[in-house]
Amino acid sequence: MSDRAYIATRKGLFEVYRTHEAWLLDQQHFLGDPVSMVLPDRRDGTLYAALNLGHFGAKLHRRDAGSMDWVEVAAPAFPVKPVDSTDPVDWTVRQIWSLAAGGPDEPGVLWAGTLPGGLFRSADRGDSWQLVDALWNVPERAKWMGGGYDVPGIHSICVDPRDSRSVLVGVSCGGAWLTTDGGASWSLRAKGMSATYMPPELQAVQEVQDPHRIVRCAAEPDKLWCQHHNGIWRSVDNGANWSEIRPAAPLSNFGFVTAVHPQDGETAWFVPAEADSKRIPPHASLAVTRTTDGGKSFVAWRGGLPHEHCYDLVYRHGLAVSDDGQILLMGSTTGGAWLSEDGGGQWQTISTTLPPIYSVAFA
Amino acid sequence: MPVPQVETRAADLRSALDACFADHPRLRGYVLDEQGCLRENVVIFIDGQRARDPQRLDDALAPQSQVYILQALSGG
Repeated sequence: MSDRAYIATRKGLFEVYRTHEAWLLDQQHFLGDPVSMVLPDRRDGTLYAALNLGHFGAKLHRRDAGSMDWVEVAAPAFPVKPVDSTDPVDWTVRQIWSLAAGGPDEPGVLWAGTLPGGLFRSADRGDSWQLVDALWNVPERAKWMGGGYDVPGIHSICVDPRDSRSVLVGVSCGGAWLTTDGGASWSLRAKGMSATYMPPELQAVQEVQDPHRIVRCAAEPDKLWCQHHNGIWRSVDNGANWSEIRPAAPLSNFGFVTAVHPQDGETAWFVPAEADSKRIPPHASLAVTRTTDGGKSFVAWRGGLPHEHCYDLVYRHGLAVSDDGQILLMGSTTGGAWLSEDGGGQWQTISTTLPPIYSVAFA
Repeated sequence: MPVPQVETRAADLRSALDACFADHPRLRGYVLDEQGCLRENVVIFIDGQRARDPQRLDDALAPQSQVYILQALSGG
């Protein structure tokens, strides 16, 4: 059972750990610096922290298993933009928005998704990075749009545990993309999603979809869940087809985050927000919804969460679930952090005064 | 982090920066982005004058010129 987790915030990286009584805040790292993403690599116990220094750009730090010391390693960076390029995008990494470990059979391999829309691969634990050209060069990238930020970005990286060369990524706004050959070629995997923020004739176009977050079930890898800008979708065929969950989940089908039970692809959690145009918890009361039957039904839980005058929004990477599907950790953009040890039914408060939380993860 | 100081005979800003980065390779990515442009929230002063062009960085330097690389004020 998990006994340690990490909270990446606008002002540093915080550890939480379990005692007999409760989960408590522990050590801090990079205090004062924005930590946009944290990745505990289960394969070798390494911890990675992506910094987004306001003046000095995106950086990556690594801490080896058992070590107290962080080492700055290379950060993903674009190649020099060709002088004859017509791409209006500025080829500079603004932020590391997602980090993922490669498969168990490729030690040291990491994936990083950035704003503006770059996917990078490292084969040496972050000592060097290569832009995945084949995705950067897909013609459809010209139709990608900003969603959440001014430029498009890759926020979800789902490595297939059955085949490390198979990776599905989510782009806001650029749909979902799959490679089955380690990144050499890519195909769109957003069929069935619908974007009501587009003109009617463009709502089904795959490369303009805004999947806020996509997660993959570890034990049933073909099962994916997506909290989309316009609702909740799921796939049971590795993204080949997506089905919208109807009737809609309770409270609201708008939100940013989803988490899937690592052992059960029918079980997923969401943190609803009122609406696109009103990004607060429904009725200013924080709730977590869960389905255990593939979206046919949901339960909304509020136990232990703020019931009134709560304006906490849980962003794309603000909800994590432990390997056994029992422990959930949730962090908000206004610095609230809560933990549940019973799959979301009852929550304990870690803090309501942390800096804005970007990402949470179990060790 | 200690602030490195470099003396160079470079005749323009870009060359001076390159001389500095040769001694401190990691510094490059803190001052310039991967396209070689001055980072948006970094500012350079040469003898009391702000460097003119954050892309070209081609300000001329005199033998006695003093170059300061600073954090521009921003954020919250």
